[in-house]
Amino acid sequence: MSLLSVRDLTVKFAMRDHTVTALDNISFDLAKGERLGIVGESGAGKSITGFSLMNLLSRPGFIDAGKILFRGEDIVKMPQSRMRGIRGNRMAMIFQDPMVTLNPVLTIGQQMVETLMAHRTLSKAEAEQIAIVKLREVYIPSPEERLAQYPHELSGGMRQRIIIAIALLLDPELIIADEPTTALDVTIQADIMELLLELCQSNKVGLILITHDLGVVSQMTERTLVMYAGKIIEAGRTREIINDPQHPYTQGLINALPQQTKPGMRLKQIPGNMPSLTAIPPGCPFSPRCEYVRDHCRTTRPETVQYAHVEVACHEVSRLHQENTEEQPA
Amino acid sequence: MTMTTNPAKASRWSRIWNSNMGYSFRRNPVAVVSLAIFVFITAMALLAPIIAPFNPYDPAQIDIMNSEFPPVWIDGSDAQFVFGTDDQGRDLWSTILYGTRLSLLIGLCAVMLQAFLGISIGLIAGYVGGRLDSLLMRMADIQLSFSTLMVAIIFLAVTQAMFGSETFNQYAIYFLIAVIGVAEWPQYARTVRATVLAEKKKEYVDSARVLGFGPLRIMVRHILPNSLSPIFVISTVQVANAIISEASLSFLGLGMPPSQPSLGSLISSGFDYIFSGSWWITAIPGVLLVVLVLVINLLGDWMRDVLNPKLYKG
Repeated sequence: MSLLSVRDLTVKFAMRDHTVTALDNISFDLAKGERLGIVGESGAGKSITGFSLMNLLSRPGFIDAGKILFRGEDIVKMPQSRMRGIRGNRMAMIFQDPMVTLNPVLTIGQQMVETLMAHRTLSKAEAEQIAIVKLREVYIPSPEERLAQYPHELSGGMRQRIIIAIALLLDPELIIADEPTTALDVTIQADIMELLLELCQSNKVGLILITHDLGVVSQMTERTLVMYAGKIIEAGRTREIINDPQHPYTQGLINALPQQTKPGMRLKQIPGNMPSLTAIPPGCPFSPRCEYVRDHCRTTRPETVQYAHVEVACHEVSRLHQENTEEQPA
Repeated sequence: MTMTTNPAKASRWSRIWNSNMGYSFRRNPVAVVSLAIFVFITAMALLAPIIAPFNPYDPAQIDIMNSEFPPVWIDGSDAQFVFGTDDQGRDLWSTILYGTRLSLLIGLCAVMLQAFLGISIGLIAGYVGGRLDSLLMRMADIQLSFSTLMVAIIFLAVTQAMFGSETFNQYAIYFLIAVIGVAEWPQYARTVRATVLAEKKKEYVDSARVLGFGPLRIMVRHILPNSLSPIFVISTVQVANAIISEASLSFLGLGMPPSQPSLGSLISSGFDYIFSGSWWITAIPGVLLVVLVLVINLLGDWMRDVLNPKLYKG
């Protein structure tokens, strides 16, 4: 049985007199200890997916339909009090900006002890011991002294390590990391990612990594979901998606990587912008920007089909493949 | 026991002393002088039973023949009574000490009541939001549209009529605390709600929710400590206001009885004799009241300047 299984999840936002769909029939599975990447542009619904998994959507967002089975239990229907026992305990979340994620008026030790004591019956001394062990696991030098320090006394990289330590405090089975390195220095980004990967592998923790960085996804994850306008448009093993993307959008994303361009040439980009949630085109949401678009793309929704090694939601995927192979004869 | 607690206390004291607040305090002579005067007045008031030469509450020590002695620097005084005596022959110095004690006690307790009500209501309104927020804030608006003194006068007059003068005088201090406390809670509620609205959008609140903390814990342990600076600032102003309200009510005869005078009722009782030449019964407690309120307000001003994130950001 998979650790997490999302079925037909639909999330809507209530506007004054109508609703807009932020997530449209999302389904995916995560096995125990598996690492999954969710990529897409800003506003594709990546972070909303993360918050839905915690059942922490704030108004006006709400889960309209679908199931989120965590260890076989549906989170959507779970009462708040039980859900609180899961949050932070079985499932943890790491946010983007470590500068604002820690409470500025509590010391690191207070925050860690509080988290532990909220979920376990421990004495304060025991909780502090666990906190020190966890801080050591994320390579924080002299953890005993850190406990008495306030967040503002520490650097951004250090704080993100502490946040990871807090996420790991109760040995969760799943960590949702929402762009955990976007706010950090490039030099520290690699360190943090490496740390996260190492910890997930050694503790057999499942990871959902939300990012827009395909490079990070290819290093960190086993499987990848590509999201566009609230839908999963391509899903499969990370290696296959990176090496042989099927959906025109994924191809565009990978072609847009600076490494794909020769020096001195212009960077390739996908023309246009992602549609706003209030004006998603009726057919394929990517059709207005797609260079392979046909008439039926604009009117009918593409079904998700198995093609090559991935699942892809595109009408024209087989034609595309043929054209591509004709262009580059082996 | 003192040996073990001392090092911790010393380090905490030096941390406060070396903080930004401590630094700006040392650099601000107005704040230093104000705090010195405030501490002095408070200490005198607290130590009243030890310092005061007479006990103004003890009828056995009062002799009507001693009434209206002027202060010692005026002719016709009695060396026993430094600031003279009042109309009933009580030593004014002792009565002022005891009266200041009452005024401070009522002021502080009323503000604690205000703070308790206002902070709880403001936290809930701000954090829960929606209809409950609207309801609570409309209640605050309604409460604010009545002036504090009007509410207090009506309430105290009705209770005085209901319980009779004697019972009322006996419990006057509790009535005063209750009425001043209840009348001013919206000041706190509004300030707290506004800060909570700003704080709850911050990511540490999201992260607290993600860690599985309940709403009560998030409100009290995470949001409240982050909203403390405006609470400190309005508290100083509110203490000054509460002391003035108490004095006004006592002056109007709705507060502390003449047998147990606060600064306000002392001013009031001397007011009848001001034209017969006994100005000191009103003037001396009056000056003390003005000084007390002034130093509290000056301290509040200083604190507002220090804690204002627009003027200073750490």
